[in-house]
Amino acid sequence: MIWENVLLAIASLRANKMRALLTMLGIIIGITSVIAIVTIGNAMTASVNNNLSSFGTNNITVFIREKSQNNFNIAGGIPFLGGVARPAGGAGGGGRQPVVRGSGNTSRPEDSDLISDEMINQLKAEFPNNVAGVALTNSVGSATVKDGEKYANISASGTNPDYLLSNNMNILEGRYLNQSDMDNYRNVAVVSDKLVNSIFPSGTDPISQQIKVYKTNTIEIYTIVGVYKYEASSAQVSTVSEEDATTNLYIPITTSKLGATQKNYSQITVVAKGDSSSVVSFTTQMQAYFDDVYRTNTVWGARVNSLETQLNSIMDVLNSIKLAIAFIAGISLLVGGIGVMNIMLVSVTERTREIGTRKALGAKNFHIQFQFITEAAIISGIGGIIGIILGTTVGAIVSVVLKAPVTVSILVTLGSVLFSMGIGVFFGYYPANKAAKLDPIEALRYE
Amino acid sequence: MIEISNVIKKYYVGMPNELTVLKDICLSIPEGQFVSVVGASGSGKSTLMNIIGALDRPTSGTYVLDGVPLQEMTENQLSEIRNKKIGFVFQTFNLIPRTTALNNVELPLFYMGAGKGERRKKAERLLELVGMGDRMTHMPNELSGGQKQRVAIARALANDPAIILADEPTGALDTQTGKLVMDIFLQINREERKTIVLITHNPELAEQTERIVTLSDGNIVSDHMNKKMEGARV
Repeated sequence: MIWENVLLAIASLRANKMRALLTMLGIIIGITSVIAIVTIGNAMTASVNNNLSSFGTNNITVFIREKSQNNFNIAGGIPFLGGVARPAGGAGGGGRQPVVRGSGNTSRPEDSDLISDEMINQLKAEFPNNVAGVALTNSVGSATVKDGEKYANISASGTNPDYLLSNNMNILEGRYLNQSDMDNYRNVAVVSDKLVNSIFPSGTDPISQQIKVYKTNTIEIYTIVGVYKYEASSAQVSTVSEEDATTNLYIPITTSKLGATQKNYSQITVVAKGDSSSVVSFTTQMQAYFDDVYRTNTVWGARVNSLETQLNSIMDVLNSIKLAIAFIAGISLLVGGIGVMNIMLVSVTERTREIGTRKALGAKNFHIQFQFITEAAIISGIGGIIGIILGTTVGAIVSVVLKAPVTVSILVTLGSVLFSMGIGVFFGYYPANKAAKLDPIEALRYE
Repeated sequence: MIEISNVIKKYYVGMPNELTVLKDICLSIPEGQFVSVVGASGSGKSTLMNIIGALDRPTSGTYVLDGVPLQEMTENQLSEIRNKKIGFVFQTFNLIPRTTALNNVELPLFYMGAGKGERRKKAERLLELVGMGDRMTHMPNELSGGQKQRVAIARALANDPAIILADEPTGALDTQTGKLVMDIFLQINREERKTIVLITHNPELAEQTERIVTLSDGNIVSDHMNKKMEGARV
């Protein structure tokens, strides 16, 4: 009975192919946009999640800022957002002066307001079971490594040995910077394999080779001690060619700060031990610890942020944006549904005589009602399936263009088919009811 | 067996333009009789047909079909009566468009809830009976008027109804084809023992039936057995 009704409905739709197709178009567009947006949204959140996670979820950032800004949570996320667009391994580079940027205030903290080496040692002593290391960075700026015709763009950063713990840098050859490099202010550098390929002829052992770093008005010479694997960030939308892409060059932080007036740090990255829940609780403990340390400072305070908590708030924002756009796309689905209702009403009027005949032949009201609802549901269902195929395709293409992973949600897909059929039933109900209630005598007489 | 007693049908009841279409009609049709109802336009023929066909209910009076009174029935109950007891043949054929002859004939069986196999078998047999065995899979728009009407007759017979109700069945056909269709009705009446109520304004058709009922202005003005046909039946 149900199957035969479906066949009957398909036959009647095939008789009016163009009209059925145009009606479906509304549903197709609606479902396509919803699915595409959800797919793209999922891809983007996954991409952001991946990128942020690559910085290490065990990293807790402590940075100095004005106390009046303490409750402004999103601003606290800026150091991380600043780092997103950088190649992996450049976590600290982007957020060098978050205090000034975040506060919108021109006043700068004094050196005594910042985090000193002594404070870091005290912190390590206070939480020996939580702190795996404290990563320090000092951005030196962009420069170019040249050797005759050959060149490579770099962004130089002073770092300490613990910096290696704070990101997932993969050392291919040699070693990372060590305490001895720090203590002796050595001119040594850890460079990317990309730089090595650009500067040296293939087959050369880069370790112990010297490179010339050209800055605006100085040339510095460093000895390579290690090579790490360069990984282009998927989130990076670069306007320069892959060949010209800037890679990070790491030198001892002590060397980088030679001659600088500011010896302390406006931001440090504490690498925590343990799983994500212990990281979250350690974040809270550390905030309390720093609040106590800065108790006497009237202007400046420290803000402690873990990627874990940051990630959650970013995901929340992304999800609500996704939901809002999907809702707008849903409106087109509603319009499509009204289109279905409109066509079904036309169809009922057109087939009044047929309905009269069916009633004369013994069709009960529910037979007629079921027939028209089935037709509406089939239009919407087929439209929904086409929409899913199109939407997934569009979503997948955009995801690939954005270099984000393609994630197809089975739940959303199934939900869309059911929802579009539901729209068919909902918007088909009124016309079907109208058809079922026709007086057979009137219907038979209808011209 | 159709028993209509004191049936009155009024439209716009209680309004200034109240219209009495049927005035106290009494009509009894025994099983197996071929009756023609004749009368001018506006005489109440169609209204009477709607009442006999259980499409409409009388304003007052009773209609008992095969011992079952119909005047108090709900719409769905009337649908069931039409499905099981009455076969309709219309002037304009009223085949379901874009549906094969076979599926058209299967339709009443479908609404009765018959299984696919049974429907197919019965529809094929009936199409053979009306001489449409070679056009079962044709669509209505691929058939001529006479062929359409034959499919419609097969459809009317599908549920083995007690009555075939034919409303001007030859009205849209030429004389030649009309005669062919009329012959099928006569054959069905003779071989399948079906009661047939033929509504027409064509005296020639009426002359071929057993009994002629004449309506005028909502009254039965004449009701007589056709002497010529009585001999033929025996």
